[in-house]
Amino acid sequence: MVTRGFSSGRKPPTDTDARIPPGQYLEQGFPVLSAGPTPHVRTEDWSFTLKHGPRPIKKWNWAEFNALPLTKMTRDIHCVTAWTKFDTAWQGVLVDDILADAGIEPPTAFTLALGFDGYSTNVPTKDLTGGKAMVALLYEGKPITPDHGGPARLLVPHLYFWKSAKWLNGLQFTERDEPGFWELRGYHIYGDPWREQRYTNDP
Amino acid sequence: MSDAPAAQSPWQTVTITRIQKRTPRVTSFFLQPSRPFAYRAGQHVDVRLTAPDGYQARRSYSIASAPETGETIELAIEKLEDGEVSPFFHEIAAVGDDVELRGPLGGHFVWSDGDGGPLLLVGGGSGVVPLMSMVRHRAIRGSLVAAALVFSARVWDEVIFRDELIDLAERRDGFDLVLTLTREPARRPADYARRIDAAMMVQAMTRLPAPPKLAFVCGSNAFVTAAAEALIDAGVPAALIRTERYGV
Repeated sequence: MVTRGFSSGRKPPTDTDARIPPGQYLEQGFPVLSAGPTPHVRTEDWSFTLKHGPRPIKKWNWAEFNALPLTKMTRDIHCVTAWTKFDTAWQGVLVDDILADAGIEPPTAFTLALGFDGYSTNVPTKDLTGGKAMVALLYEGKPITPDHGGPARLLVPHLYFWKSAKWLNGLQFTERDEPGFWELRGYHIYGDPWREQRYTNDP
Repeated sequence: MSDAPAAQSPWQTVTITRIQKRTPRVTSFFLQPSRPFAYRAGQHVDVRLTAPDGYQARRSYSIASAPETGETIELAIEKLEDGEVSPFFHEIAAVGDDVELRGPLGGHFVWSDGDGGPLLLVGGGSGVVPLMSMVRHRAIRGSLVAAALVFSARVWDEVIFRDELIDLAERRDGFDLVLTLTREPARRPADYARRIDAAMMVQAMTRLPAPPKLAFVCGSNAFVTAAAEALIDAGVPAALIRTERYGV
């Protein structure tokens, strides 16, 4: 349906257009979204736990975690509220390297990312491994600010950004694909921006 | 052959039936859905505009009306100078025009009478919109849940829904209104003329018969960050505070 009087003012297609998923617009800033107040987690209180169901596999404190191999990842990110931001530059620890340090192969096909604020979001394990995701510690070379999820947040840039859980304190392998916070509140179980999987019933 | 209904687009066409200027920068658009639209106070919708060349722009807007109001949905839209959807509404949209709408959306920033209270609502600028839906829902339901709205605006004439909010507070049925202006002196005796802080939150809570069971905070990111921290400093547990942020 064409909207009367609405024109795109769109310029001729450029190579950047191909980087913007359907229904998204390019944002220069870095908007903040969260379901509650911003937690201020001190690095001395921070820890990260890898779990299989309720059972802890390995736990790292801030210094131990920062001693793991650091990887750079510069990616476009896509928020379900329709903004896309190009070339966000992160450094952190690949999930692959976390698993290697724990000395395990992924025990199940599904994972829940857990936050200090009680947030959770589900991601298939294969979307976290193979260099696709990291626990980010730095944004543009500096510690991630609390409003953007610091000290550490998950980065799964190929899925809508609510999957990149802020204030991360653990990854939990689950036997089934268990919906997390937003997935229980109307948002898509997987969240592929290129298939525009925003809400629960999107194909 | 299957009895399953044909897949229905999540988008529906809605018709603008009324336009009402609320403040110099905020105008309400009343939309008539083409199929039944049930929602909860605090939810939002996505609005989609399509240009002749196929380009589409979509933005989320909170619903200002109460679910009980009837079929018409009220969106109160602030004009953003560098926006692409809000300028369309403010400069081009007319009664009788159709736009596309999807929703209702959001299952966290919602409140119904049955959720109980006391309820503490904190809004900055157009962040009052989803809170207005809650306040109206409470009034229409004849709810006895105590509620206080702390509403920060720059100036008196930018207090969206001002007359209606003051009327509702004057009913003295358990709803209280605290206005704070950041660029003008206070107009009413118990109002403020400063940015929201913890002392203001402490005083707002004295207007409730008991500590809040839930607090909802909506506004710009900077506003929500400051207001949520003021609530925590005033002793409200973080787990009771739900936030909705917009802007950069």
